[in-house]
This record gives sequence, structure tokens and C-alpha cells, in this order.
Amino acid sequence: MDQFSDVKITRRNLLIAGAVSTTAMAVPSVAGAQSSMQTTPSQTPVTSKVSFHVNGEMKQLDLDTRTTLLDALRENLHMNGTKKGCDHGQCGACTVIVDGRRINSCLSLAVMHEGSNITTIEGLGSEEKLHPMQAAFVKHDGYQCGYCTPGQICSAVAVLEEIRQGIPSHVSADLNASPKVSAEEIRERMSGNICRCGAYSNILDAITEVAGRPT
Amino acid sequence: MKVFTYQRAQSPAEAAAAAFRTPGARFIAGGTNLLDLMKLEIETPTHLIDVNGLALDKIEPLPDGGLRIGALVRNTDLAADMRVRRDYAVLSRALLAGASAQLRNKATTSGNLLQRTRCPYFYDTNLPCNKRVPGSGCSAIGGFSRQLAVVGVSDACIATHPSDMAVAMRVLDAKVETVRPDGSVRTIPIADFHRLPGNTPHIEHALEPGELITSVSLPKPIGGKHIYRKVRDRSSYAFALVSVAAIIQSDGNGRVALGGVAHKPWRVEAAEKKLPSGAKAVADQLLAGAKPTYENAFKISLVQRTLAAVLAEAKKG
Repeated sequence: MDQFSDVKITRRNLLIAGAVSTTAMAVPSVAGAQSSMQTTPSQTPVTSKVSFHVNGEMKQLDLDTRTTLLDALRENLHMNGTKKGCDHGQCGACTVIVDGRRINSCLSLAVMHEGSNITTIEGLGSEEKLHPMQAAFVKHDGYQCGYCTPGQICSAVAVLEEIRQGIPSHVSADLNASPKVSAEEIRERMSGNICRCGAYSNILDAITEVAGRPT
Repeated sequence: MKVFTYQRAQSPAEAAAAAFRTPGARFIAGGTNLLDLMKLEIETPTHLIDVNGLALDKIEPLPDGGLRIGALVRNTDLAADMRVRRDYAVLSRALLAGASAQLRNKATTSGNLLQRTRCPYFYDTNLPCNKRVPGSGCSAIGGFSRQLAVVGVSDACIATHPSDMAVAMRVLDAKVETVRPDGSVRTIPIADFHRLPGNTPHIEHALEPGELITSVSLPKPIGGKHIYRKVRDRSSYAFALVSVAAIIQSDGNGRVALGGVAHKPWRVEAAEKKLPSGAKAVADQLLAGAKPTYENAFKISLVQRTLAAVLAEAKKG
């Protein structure tokens, strides 16, 4: 780092520069998303019919084959609870539960879900009757901006089910024993959900409470 | 993403034939890697053949005591299978060390083998990459190469194969079973499945046009202590800098394969004879002829130290 010792940069300026570069990175991806919807004569969109259940309700759609499950939920079905973060399977904001398993809905084509049973955050609870995991996130302040929260909650609900089913994780000490609920297990199993605000310790407290163990 | 047509395959042979006769066709299973690359227009198939409806999602015992894993078995289900946990623990451990639970729930056995490198220059369509655009040059050589390969590299490519599962499959002597467009089937030893980059880094595996993986078979269990040790920048949800898959017997003999260091799971059977002499002797032979860059030369000593840690763990009994 010696060669940079004459560069004077304040933390504030560094943060501004960082914010600018983040914006610069975000713009091309938005432009890319738009251009992917534009068509040339040789690129006539192909549509395909698909039907699946979302939160118990049958949905029939005629979609551009390129539509991800995430975009079908948000743009076609106007269910905006499921969030688009990175759109590349890295952040977990788009996590939904399909046929009992949590997946990144951004990395799955909607047309590949014929007959699937999909549960989104809207299907877990309502404002009047929160799912226990939603209530625990509120109680433990398991979010700050809230953008990753629907994905975190869908993931958390699935984590407890996966432990109940005996699915091991990277931190399970004995592969031949049933995994137990522990802070270490929950942290490892939640690693596919990024929280930019860093509410991780409160998220852990919320999940631990729902799992039935005192925090 | 480019426009594509879409079909659901009815049988493995029909899928292979359709892939062979349709220009620009690709199979899609879990889609976790292919769709990501399609969004970036690194992969631009014009026709997708969805193989998820094929009944290739079973794990079945073989008459010789081995196990046949269907191509569509999800990574989560393979890692959680009681037979795999008991008899092929290195495979469970490798799978659980990879990706996130959401991805493992979708990713398949065959897709995991066929996933593409995470070399940053393969992903950056503004820069040359011989794997993405054959003949365009390699930006990684002389670029940011900390994550990249140290052994088996060429002047055309220093990308790594990112899979953890494949490293365990290599140490287990797995066999890849396929169906070809003419309906014939064949078996490819895992050692011959992935290729070194040479002058054709865009050709990554032994599959012929249209050929479809139907299953991966494991030979009967060989016992021993199964260990998968992965060293990475984060303790979860990160690709390996170096990983070691090992099966060590009580007399100190055994097998080892490395991940994160080459264009394919890296195993040198002759080096395994030195296991009773300790990690340095084995690592020296495993990495003989290595050509690291300035940025990834640390992997040479990291391999030796990770191997030493694995051998120490094996001794603990």
C-alpha cells in the first residue's frame, strides 16, 4: 500500500466514490434488462403457457419463455412481496418455497414450473395474522431496511423444516446423526441470504425463538 | 437474455436426439448456472430442452454393491441420502460445502459436473476470454488471478473447475453414464470426463454433441475415513481457494484429490503412494510442474498445509 501513501482520501469521500461506482454498476444491468425485452425481426419472443399454484391459488399464464419465476410473480402476477436483489442467485432476496423446498426464484424459468406449488411471503401470513416467523422478526428487529426480509423469512421457515427432516449441513458434526437446532447450524443454513444492513444477529434470535429454544 | 424456444423432453434418448438435430440447443435441468450465464449472454442457446420430467431422479443400489445416482438427483437429496452419508461421506461433505441451500435444492448431479468456471474474465464480456470466445485471448493471465488455477494450466487458459462435488466424485472413482443421439449408451470414467484447457479451453468435457448424462455410478464403498476440507475466503457460500477430498485407510494409505487448483478435479494416483510419508511428499508430487501466477502462488503451500490438516484429522480416528 506504500505507493498509495500520498493519496489523501477521507472516509466520506471514499463512501461517495463507492456509492457512485455502485450506481454505475447498477445502470448497465437495468439497461441490459430493458434491452433483453427489445426484439429484432430475428428475435421474435416465444411464449409458452404454464400453470402453477401460488399460495394455494391456481394461476394460468402465457409467458415469454425467458421470464423467470421471480419476474412472473412480480411483473405478471403483481405479487411484489418477493424481492429482486442481485438477480443472479447470490443474495437470496428472491427466495420462495417451491414444492416444499426453498429456491432462488431468479434462477428458475417460470415455464419450468408447470404444476408446481409455490409459497411466497404473501402466502406465509397476513397483516392480521402474521406467521410465527414474521412475528419473531418483528419482535427481534430482524431487519433494518426490510428489502431482504421476505427472502430471509421464507428461507428461515424452510431452514427449520430442513432440520426437522434431518437434512445435514456443512457444520453438522456427525453426518449419521440428526442435525440439531443451534446458532451455528442456523448461521450456516442461512448463508444464502445476504442482509446488507447486517441484521444477522437479530435474524438469528428470531429463528432461534421460533425453533423453540430460548435466546 | 436472447430469445429461445422451449420443449419438455419425453425420454433421455429423444432428448439427446433433439439436442443433436436442433442448432443452438441446450439441456436445462436445475438451471442455476445456465440461466445466470444466459442473463449475461455468455450462454446464448436458441432452444432449451427441459430434462426435468425424465425419471432420472433416483438413487439406486447396484448389484456390485455400488450406487447409481440419477442425473437429476438434486444436490440436497444426494448429500442427505443415508447411504451416501454412511458409505461415501466425502461426497456428502463436498456437496454441503458448496453453494447455498437454495442452490443445492435446484442444482442437479449432472449439472454440477457441467457447471462452468467462475473465472472473473469468463464473466466479463468486455474482455477477451478463450473459453467464452475461442481465440480471443486470456485476460486472466497477467490479470486478477488469485482464485485461478496453478496446475494443468496452458497459455490459453488458467480457469478452475468450480465444483466441490466433482472433486469427491474423482476420489471415489465415479463413472458418468450417458445416452447418445443414436440411442447408444456409454460410460465415461470421471478421470476422463473433464478436460485440461490446452489450446481449446472452450471444450470442457468428453461429451459429444447431443450426448446426455443419465446417471453417475459409484463403485462399492472402500471404507476408510472420508474427509472434505475446503479453504475459502468466507466460511460459507464461497468457492474454494483450495479443497482436499480424501479417503484415508487406517494403515495411512488412501486417495486424495484437489479442488480449486485446476481446470478439472486434480488427482495424481502415483502421488498417493507417498501418503504414509506425509503431506509434503504428496503435495510435491501432486503439484509437480505447477505454473502459478504471482497472485495465486500461495495455493502451492496452501495445498500442502490443507493436506497436512486432513492427514492429521484422519489420524485422530
